[in-house]
Amino acid sequence: MSFKDIAQIAGSAMAAQTVRLNTVASNLANADSVAGSEAETYRARKPVFATVMDDNLDAAAGGRVQVLDVVESAEPLRKVYEPGNPLANADGMVFYPNVNQVAEMTDMMSASRAFETNVEVLGRIRGMQASLLKLGES
Amino acid sequence: MAINFKDAVGLHADALQLRAQRTRVLASNIANENTPGYSAQDIDFKESLARVEAELSGEPILEGDGETKFRVPYHPSGDGNTVEIGVEQAAFSQNATDFATSLTFINMKLRGIAKAINGQ
Repeated sequence: MSFKDIAQIAGSAMAAQTVRLNTVASNLANADSVAGSEAETYRARKPVFATVMDDNLDAAAGGRVQVLDVVESAEPLRKVYEPGNPLANADGMVFYPNVNQVAEMTDMMSASRAFETNVEVLGRIRGMQASLLKLGES
Repeated sequence: MAINFKDAVGLHADALQLRAQRTRVLASNIANENTPGYSAQDIDFKESLARVEAELSGEPILEGDGETKFRVPYHPSGDGNTVEIGVEQAAFSQNATDFATSLTFINMKLRGIAKAINGQ
């Protein structure tokens, strides 16, 4: 049991939220990346978080976060008739990614808030550690 | 008569240790805010401290198993995650203040000992 564990926990959460922010950025950036076939179209990505229970430590005392996988959304793609689009297929149809921009924006806010919370945790830990170092001085 | 530092500082050293442990549990809750199926936990401070006291004095341990306990959420969520970030932040902040309080108590005790040694 040490402050190092806590720093690792907060750090893992920051890394996980960064992955989440990365997927949001990628989804938003590719929101209008059309393609001529369903297979080639970009699909919204979402990370899957899981808790890592450390074997060396008391499992009941919680654990770090890891990104298990980044999965693609199964939502249906948007099919639009755009015969003038050079990417359109023989029927003049193009496929738009299944990115929900409103959902992505809220996800982005949630992720950045969670990131900030963990930064705050790290700050408090540092303060606690610093005051512990000064034990008996004053 | 020798000075026993453990006795002089008293319960506050153990309290400090427990506060640090609780910080870890709460940090883990905050870290797993978005993990599906994660159950928020917390340390029952009163019970844990009673355990430490009982162990120190050699008395039989009466209550509890010394494990962390699961938090009961105010609002259950669809993905089975029971972390409520506001609750955790409040608990974390309170715990950090309690840590500082325990530290202050220890510092006061140490100052008292220093005074006794210097004889002033």
